[in-house]
Amino acid sequence: MNRKVYDKLIFELSHEGRRGARIPDNGIILRQAALPSELLREAPLSLPEVDEPTAVRHYNNMSTNNFGVDTGFYPLGSCTMKYNPKINEEMASHRCFARLHPFTPAAACQGALRLYWTLQKALCEIGGMAEFTLNPFAGAHGELTGLMTIRAYHASRGDFDRRRKVIVPDSAHGTNPASAAVCGLEVVEVKSRPDGTVDIDALAPLLDDSVAAMMLTNPNTLGIFESNIPQIAEMVHACGGLMYYDGANLNPMLGVARPGDMGFDVMHINLHKTFSTPHGGGGPGSGPVGVRAGMEQFLPNPRVVYNDSDHSFSVEYEPEALGSISATLGNFAVQARALSYILTMGSDGLMQVGPLATLNATYIKEALKDLYLLPIDGLTKHEFVFDGLADKSTGITTLNIAKRLLDMGYHAPTIYFPLLFHESLMIEPTETESRETLDAFIDAMRTIAREAAEDPETVRSAPHLTPVTHPDDTAAAINPIVTFS
Amino acid sequence: MYPYLPHTRADIDAMLKAVGAESLDDLYADVAPQLRLAQPYNLPQSADEASVERYFDRLADENLPLRACFAGAGFYQHHCPAAVRSIASRSEFLTAYTPYQPEISQGTLQYIFEYQTIMCRLTGMEVSNASMYDGATATAEAIMMAVAAQRRRNLVLVAETLSPYVRRVADTYARYHGVELLTIPQADGATDRTALEQMLAERGKEVAAVLVPQPNFFGIVEDHTGLAELCHSYKALLIINCIASDLAVLRTPGEYGADIACGDAQSLGIPLNFGGPYLGFLCSTKALMRKMPGRIVGQTTDSEGRRCFVLTLQAREQHIRREKATSNICSNQGLMTLWVAAWTSLVGAEGLREINERSRAMALYLLEKLTASGKARLKFPSQPFLNEFALTTDYDVDDLISACMARGILPGVKIDSHTILIAATETVTREDADLLCDIANNL
Repeated sequence: MNRKVYDKLIFELSHEGRRGARIPDNGIILRQAALPSELLREAPLSLPEVDEPTAVRHYNNMSTNNFGVDTGFYPLGSCTMKYNPKINEEMASHRCFARLHPFTPAAACQGALRLYWTLQKALCEIGGMAEFTLNPFAGAHGELTGLMTIRAYHASRGDFDRRRKVIVPDSAHGTNPASAAVCGLEVVEVKSRPDGTVDIDALAPLLDDSVAAMMLTNPNTLGIFESNIPQIAEMVHACGGLMYYDGANLNPMLGVARPGDMGFDVMHINLHKTFSTPHGGGGPGSGPVGVRAGMEQFLPNPRVVYNDSDHSFSVEYEPEALGSISATLGNFAVQARALSYILTMGSDGLMQVGPLATLNATYIKEALKDLYLLPIDGLTKHEFVFDGLADKSTGITTLNIAKRLLDMGYHAPTIYFPLLFHESLMIEPTETESRETLDAFIDAMRTIAREAAEDPETVRSAPHLTPVTHPDDTAAAINPIVTFS
Repeated sequence: MYPYLPHTRADIDAMLKAVGAESLDDLYADVAPQLRLAQPYNLPQSADEASVERYFDRLADENLPLRACFAGAGFYQHHCPAAVRSIASRSEFLTAYTPYQPEISQGTLQYIFEYQTIMCRLTGMEVSNASMYDGATATAEAIMMAVAAQRRRNLVLVAETLSPYVRRVADTYARYHGVELLTIPQADGATDRTALEQMLAERGKEVAAVLVPQPNFFGIVEDHTGLAELCHSYKALLIINCIASDLAVLRTPGEYGADIACGDAQSLGIPLNFGGPYLGFLCSTKALMRKMPGRIVGQTTDSEGRRCFVLTLQAREQHIRREKATSNICSNQGLMTLWVAAWTSLVGAEGLREINERSRAMALYLLEKLTASGKARLKFPSQPFLNEFALTTDYDVDDLISACMARGILPGVKIDSHTILIAATETVTREDADLLCDIANNL
C-alpha cells in the first residue's frame, strides 16, 4: 500500500471542455421538439469534465491508498476475508451475461437460468436444505428474507399476528436484531453462559406460542460450536418456533457438518464470505436463503424452476410465496463467481475448507494466548476472540492494537465485537493464508505486546505509517460534510 | 492440488503439533458424530481453469445470442467505456471490505464521497447515502424511512404508475414491517392528481408520505409541479422514484421539492448482467439525514490537518443500534458506486445529455415506424415520454417477441398480449431498429 496520501477528488481535476468517452452514434437525428420546458431540469447538471487518462490515473492512484485481500493479510473476524480467485472475475464478466436484460424471456436465457439453478442445487447440498433462493442481495437481506419466509410459514398456519418474538443470543451480529425489527418482529435477547454458548436455562422460559423463530450462528461469534444445538432446536420446535441459521460463520462447517442436519429450518449463506466472491469495499454481496423440505413454497418470487418434461428452465411466481424482495433474480454476477468457485474447488476441495480455516485460527490463538487474554479457553473454529492484552497494566486498548497493526502492514481484526467483553479483538484468518503469513502476523502481535510494555506511547499514538492518521470522527459527525462543494 | 489452499502436508502436521492436536478431526471433537457429514458433498470433483471456462462457455451458448436490446422497464443498456471496468477491477478496491479502518481505506471512502456528490447533483437533493441494493429495495427503504420520520403516521400513498416490479418489493416490505400502502389511481397513464387530493383530504393525518415515479413505468414523464406543496400541506413527505440517467435532463426531485429521491442507478452505465449487481440510490434533504438508512461517508481532517474521509453518523446503523437501527442494511453495493463515479466522470454532463438525446431520437424514430403501418399505436398518445413508451398492438406481443428473438433482437418488455414496453438507447443501431419495425409491421 502506498503510505503517502493521494487526496484529490475527481471534481478537482475537472477542466471545462474535456470529455472522457465518445457516445455511440445510433444514426438517428433528433428531429422533433424536446419535452415541454416545465418537465426539464432548471439547474444545469454539473459533472466532472475529464479525459480518459486523467480519470484512469485518478482512480488508480486512489486505489493505492486502499488495503484489500490482494494487498495483505486481512484477519477481520466474522467477515471471512478469504482470497478472491481471479478466474471467478473472468467467468462473471462473460460478455454474453453482461448484456442480458433481467426480463429476457426464459427461452432466450436458458444458460443463465441453468447457472442460477445449478448454484441453487449446490447450496442445497452444502447447507443440507431442500431449496434455495439466490435473490437476496446481501447477508442482512438474506436474514430479512429468511425471517419473512418464517412469517409466511406461520401465516399459512394462521399464526401471522401471534408469533412475533425472535430469540437472539446476546453475542449475535447486529444485523440479527435489526433484520427482525425490519420484519416487524420483537427481539428477545437470550443470555450466553460464561463459555459463550446459549444458556438453555435462560432460553426455556422464553419459549411459548408467541415465538416465531430463534436466530443462531453456529459456530457463534466467539468461534465456539454450540454443542447443544440438537437440544436447542428441539426446544424451539416444541413450542412451534423455527430455527434460523445465520450463515455468516458457515466457513468452518464446510466439509464438517450441515445446518440442515443440525435442526435448522431456514438459513442464509453469504456468498461473499464462504464462497470467495469479493467484498468490493462493502458490496455487492449475495445472501441466498435455504429452507428445509415443506417450506419451499414460501421462498420469494421470482424463482427458477426446472421442468422435467422438456428439460427447460422457467421463471415462476408462486402464490404462496412471501412476496418479492428484489425486482430481479438477485446479484447474478456474484452468483456466477460463487459457482465458478464451487466448480474449481469441487467436492474434494470444499471438504478441506472448514478444517483448514479452523487450523489456521487455532494456530494463531495458541501462539498468542500467553500475551493476549483468552477469556474462554477451549476448542474454537474459524475465529476466536481475545479480550485485549493479558497484561492490563499497560493501559493499551484493543483500538491501539488494531491501529498499530495497520503500521505493520495488516488489516485490523474486528474490534469491540462481540459485546460480551470490553476489549474484544476478533481474529479470523481463513484457510487461504499460508503458515508463513500466520507466523509473520503472530510476530507482529507479539511485537505489539512487547511494545505495549516497553514503549506504550508508540502503540497508543498509532498508526504512524498510514496515508492519513487519526481522522476526526467527532468533527465529521457534528458538522457533516457529505458532498463536495 | 488446490491453488487457494497453501497448506502442504508438512505444514498441516507442523501446525497440528503446535496446537497440540493429533489430527484435523481433533479440532472438531465438540461436533457430535451424528451431526458430522456422513460422506463428501455430492458435487463434481475439483476442476482446472480450462474446464471451468469450458463450462461457462457452454452456459453462455445456451442463451440465445441477442445483439440488440429494446427492453427497459427500469433497466437500460447504455454504453460503458472500457476504462470503467478497468478502474472497477483494481483489486485494492475489489478485495477490500467496508471501510471501517479509514486510515487504510481512503480509496474506498473517496470514491463513495464522489458518488454521493454526483447523486446529489443528479437528483438535486442535499444528502445521498453510500448505496442500497437495488432500486426496488431502495424504494422500500424510502417508505420505511418516511414512516420512521413521521411519528404516528403509518400510511403511504403509492402511485399506480410505479413499476410493478418495484411495487411488489414495496408491498412485501410493507406487509412485514406493518406499513399500509394505498394506491393512487392513474388517469391516462399518469398519477391522478384529483384522486390524490381526495385521498389526502380523507386520510391526510395518517399519511406519512406520497410516492410517485419519474418517469413512470410506461415511460411517461409525469408533471409533478405543485405536488410537494400539496403533500406538505398535509405534513406528508414526498418521495420520488427516478431513473438516474434521465435526471440529466428531467426536472429533478430537488427542484420538485421532494423530501426523498430513490431508485436504481443501473442506467448510469452498469451492465444489465441479468439482474445484478445494480445500485439502489437513496437521497434526501438535510432535515432527514439522521433518518437515512445505510452508510454515509463524511469529510473530516486527520491529526495533521489533512483532508480525509470517514464513515459518519454511524449511530443510525445496525452494528451500533441493533434493533433500533434505521435499517438492517450492512453490505450494500459498494463497488457499484465506484462504477457510477467513474462512468459519470468519463461520460460527463455533456455525454449524458447526448445519451438522452440519442436515446430519445431513437425512441421517436421507432414509434413513427411502428405506428405507420396502422398495426400499433401509442397507448397513452397525449403523454410526453423520454426514451421509452408503451405500444398497443393489433398483433400478439408474444409473436413479436419470438420473431424478433429469432433474429437477435429483444424488442421490449411484454405488459400484456397486446401491450409492449419499448425502450431505446444509443447502443442500438438503426439497422436493428429497422429490422424490429419490419418484423412488427409484417406480423
